[in-house]
Order: sequence, then C-alpha cells, then structure tokens
Amino acid sequence: MSAPTTVRARRRPAWLAYLPYLLPGAVLFAVVIGYPLVTNVYISLFSWRGGLAPLRWVGLDNYAELWHDAAFWTSFQNSVAMIVAMVVVPTVIGLVLAAVLFDYLGRRFGGRVASVLRATFYLPQILPVAVAGVLWNWILNAQTGALNEILRSLGVQSPPNWLGDPAFAMPSVMLVLVWVQIGYPVVIFMAALQRVDPELYEAAELDGAGWWRRFRAITIPQIRPETFVVTLTCTVAALKVFGPIYVLTRGGPESSTLVPSYYSYLSFFDKSQVGYGAAVATVLTVVIVAVAAVVLALQSRAERREEAGR
Amino acid sequence: MSTTLENPPVATPPSTTRRAVRATVAGARHRRGPGRWLVLAAVVLVALAVLSPMVIMLLNAVKSPAEYSQNGPLSLPTELYLDGLVNFWTRVDFPVKLWNSFFISAVVSVVACLLSLLNAYAIGVGRIKGRMWVVLLFLLANMLPQEALIYPLFDMARQVGLSNSQWSVIIIFTAIQSAFGTYLLASVLGTFPPALLEAAALDGAGRWRTLWQVVFPIVRPTLMVLMIFFFIWTWNEFFIPLVMLTTNDTQTIPIALASLQGDRMMDAPTTNAGALVSLLPALIFFLIFQRTLTRGVTAGAVK
Repeated sequence: MSAPTTVRARRRPAWLAYLPYLLPGAVLFAVVIGYPLVTNVYISLFSWRGGLAPLRWVGLDNYAELWHDAAFWTSFQNSVAMIVAMVVVPTVIGLVLAAVLFDYLGRRFGGRVASVLRATFYLPQILPVAVAGVLWNWILNAQTGALNEILRSLGVQSPPNWLGDPAFAMPSVMLVLVWVQIGYPVVIFMAALQRVDPELYEAAELDGAGWWRRFRAITIPQIRPETFVVTLTCTVAALKVFGPIYVLTRGGPESSTLVPSYYSYLSFFDKSQVGYGAAVATVLTVVIVAVAAVVLALQSRAERREEAGR
Repeated sequence: MSTTLENPPVATPPSTTRRAVRATVAGARHRRGPGRWLVLAAVVLVALAVLSPMVIMLLNAVKSPAEYSQNGPLSLPTELYLDGLVNFWTRVDFPVKLWNSFFISAVVSVVACLLSLLNAYAIGVGRIKGRMWVVLLFLLANMLPQEALIYPLFDMARQVGLSNSQWSVIIIFTAIQSAFGTYLLASVLGTFPPALLEAAALDGAGRWRTLWQVVFPIVRPTLMVLMIFFFIWTWNEFFIPLVMLTTNDTQTIPIALASLQGDRMMDAPTTNAGALVSLLPALIFFLIFQRTLTRGVTAGAVK
C-alpha cells in the first residue's frame, strides 16, 4: 500500500475491515490478562501489606530476598518432582499403554475392549481436581484413612503417616498426580496412532519385527508431534499446579510439598506480603514462558530435521 | 515359551530383541494362544488400580461409621446408610452450589465460544497483519500462572463492586478460555476453503453475513467440542473461585467440598458422599458427550 496510492486511494488493505471483530476479544484480553500481568510486575517492586495499606517502593529488594529464601528454592525443587509425576511418568506409561491398547489388545480382542479400558484410564481426568484431592486426602489419612485401615487389617503395626510425614508426603502427592494425569497421554496417543498408516506395521511384522521393535521404530517416531504437545501442556500444568497441593498437604509438612504457586498464594492471602507474593508469581511466569519456549524450539528443530531427512 | 515372550514391552530389555523377533514370528502362528490373555490381564490390572479409589469411595459413601470401624473400607455395606449424604447435602446447601457451578460454567462456555469465533474470524479469515503475534499472545495467555494475575484482579473486582460476585469469575474465565479457543479456532479457520468465501462474496454477502451463514455452520462441530471443554474446565477450576468467591451463597461445588476439609463433623461417609455427589455432574456430562469429547481431545492434539 506504499507506492501507487494516488490511483487507488480508496483501496485500503482488506484485513483492516476485519479488525472490529477482534475488538471485543482484545478489550477483554487487555483488561483481564494484560493489565493485571503488568500490574503484578509493578506490585512486585513494592512492599505492600495489601488493601488500603500504603505501597512502599523497594525496587528489586523482593527479588534479592527471594534469592536468599530457602522456601523459595525448595518450592522450585519440588516443581521438578511435579514434572516427574505429571510429565515424565505419565508420558512413558501412557505411551506404552496406548501402544498396547491400540496395536495389541485392540487387534486381538476388538476395539470395544480397548475403548472401555481407555475410558477407565481417562476417568480421573474428568473429576474436579479438588474432589480428587479430598478423596485422596481421606484415603491417605493416617488415623482413619482407607489405606491405613487396610494395612492394619493386614497386620502392619504402625503404617506410615502418608501426608503428614515429611519423608512420605512428596511421594504420596506424586502418586496422586500420576493417577490424575495418566489418562490424558493415553487418550492423545491412541488418537495419534489412528493416523499412522497400518501398512507400516504390517510390513514390519512381515519382516519379522517384534512388538518392541515396532514400538521403537514406528510408534515412537510417528507420534512425535503429539508427544511434544503432551510434554508442553503437562509441563506447564506441572509448574502451575495448585489445587492438589492445597487440598492434600497445604505445602506441608515442613515445606516438603511447597510449590511456587502455593507459596505466592500464601504470601498474598496468608502472610499479607503482597509485593513478595507478586515477585514469586513473576518468577514463576518467567520460568513457565522460558520452559515453553525451549520445548517449542526443540519441537520445530525436530520437525526441520525430519523434513531434511526425507 | 514362544507366546509368553509376547508380554508387555516393559518386560523385554532391548538386548533380547533378536530373540523376541524370532519368538514373535513363531508367536504369530499361535495368535490365539495364552500370551494375549496375559497382556490383557496386565492392562486390566492397571485399569483396576486406577479405578480402585473410586470403588472405595462408592463403598464408603453409603456405609455407617460403626460398620466402617468394624469391617474396614473394603467391605460391602450391609445396609444403605444415607446420613452422610444428607449431612453433606444440608451442610453445604448443595442445590445452591450446584446452581452456582452450572451458571458460571454455562455462561462462560457460551460467551467464550462466541468470542473465540469472532477473534478467529479476524485472524484466520480476515488474515489481519501480525496475526502470528496475536495468536502467540493468546497462546501465552493460556500458559500464564493464575497467581500472576490474581491480586490485581482481586483488587479490580473490589474497585468496581464485583468482589465476591460470580460475574467477576465469569469475566475472568471467559477471557482465559477464549484465549485457548482463539488459538485453536484460528488455525482451523486459517485453512477455511477460499472458494466458499469467494462464492459468498459473489452472492453479495458482507463480512457479518459470511461469518454466520458460511463460516459458522461449517465450524459448528468444532465449536460444540470447545463449548463442552470450556464447560468442564470452568466447572473444575479451583484457584480463582477460591480467591474471588468468599461466602457460602456464591461458592462453587469444588470450593464447598474443599472448605469442609478438616471439619470435625466430616466422618468417612460424609467425605465420600460429598466427593461422590461433587463428581456426579461432571461424570454425567462426560458420559453424555463422550463421543464428541474424544474427538475433541484429538482436535486439540495436533495444531
């Protein structure tokens, strides 16, 4: 639209006429996401007890304090455990389960068996995470919980305090998260396998490739795009996890299950250190965006390499 | 011997691949052999493990506390004990919570879908300048931790008189869900057949009419899936309703259940009955729309 404007002065680029359609969404986005996000960063530069209390400028002091705060580092260390429980374990188990269901059981027992089993694995995904947490909190309760009742009836003298003992709390929380998460990769991977050409498997089978060979040589490379999607969405979810921690342990005992989101919630609404909480939330945001960028970059590199290999 | 090697892959280390290869060729002849039952049994065992917490919940939701302490959590209840259910129902005033959850989720799912469609129409069909960046921005918004937004939102709601109001939650989730919807729909509409749009233009249809009479009917199945997703996601949300909704008459089901935790009155049947009725609406919804949903999970998987 730069050069011959004199001839077609009336003609504006066609896309301009579509801008009004973006307007409602853009306004809502600015009010609900853009402005609060910027304000949060701004608040993190102040010491503020919240509400009508005065804001006192402290610059980067909150961040300097974070650097020396053991609880802050613990919370991010626990995020690694969350990634193991919500990304690594479910993706690996989900990949194997999906392949077995689709490629083995589905073919030998019919699609109905496979889809019933798939629905079972997906069931924990549909319940509200708070409900799942309350249920597990009761099951794992040291005195009255179902698990310890069962263990006692089997003759275990003093079964562990699953959520109350710092040594057991994190593994227990991780177990619950694996249970919650497992159905998601199974469903995505089974759907992905449907678009893989069955002739690939048949040809490999004729060549005498066993199940494990086919799994490694065909299944895994063919569904790599879905693996990236699962890894990205689950990693972001693992870094953001809040509900299960809130209903299971509230970050305890002795900060053994503290995570960044819960730490910032504590600072905001429990300790009334709003500026400090905002700083924790800002660091978490930066970490999530950085991790997402790395995963996306790896994905596009893998895609490019695959195209070059063809 | 040959058939047992067709066990789940976890049991086969890579070094034995050669043996396994030969074995499977032999195993192919025994396709109806016992090996497949072993694999089925292993997967069914995992499925039962996944199911077991729910079974324990069902058993103990209708079992009296006396029976629980006597026969333990695995026994079948000898009689239907409904006090736990009644106790939970009245304590949290369940019908009010049910309506709150339903109202918030329903409004969000409809409005967010509408907004997603408008955004995606401008991005995918209108091909506005810098659309890559707009889509990236929406995608990013979906990844943000809600903690990075909550305090300013909490403050803003107070300033405009929406503190402890369901409308504040509705507005927030409409924005968050439509960010994902825009990301997904924009890529769908980016591949919208140009021939259809040209035909509509030749017929003299403007942009508004093209949207509703050409684009909307074609993307309606995708919009349905999105709507179901938005409904369930909003229904299950925890953090923002926990912060924004502070009194009994505005709270949603998950918050009500969680806030009863640690209460001395919460015995085993009350906890389990509460968990049961709290997950029932989502479960019923899931069963009704299961087919649509599994299709939708797939639609979201590959961009």
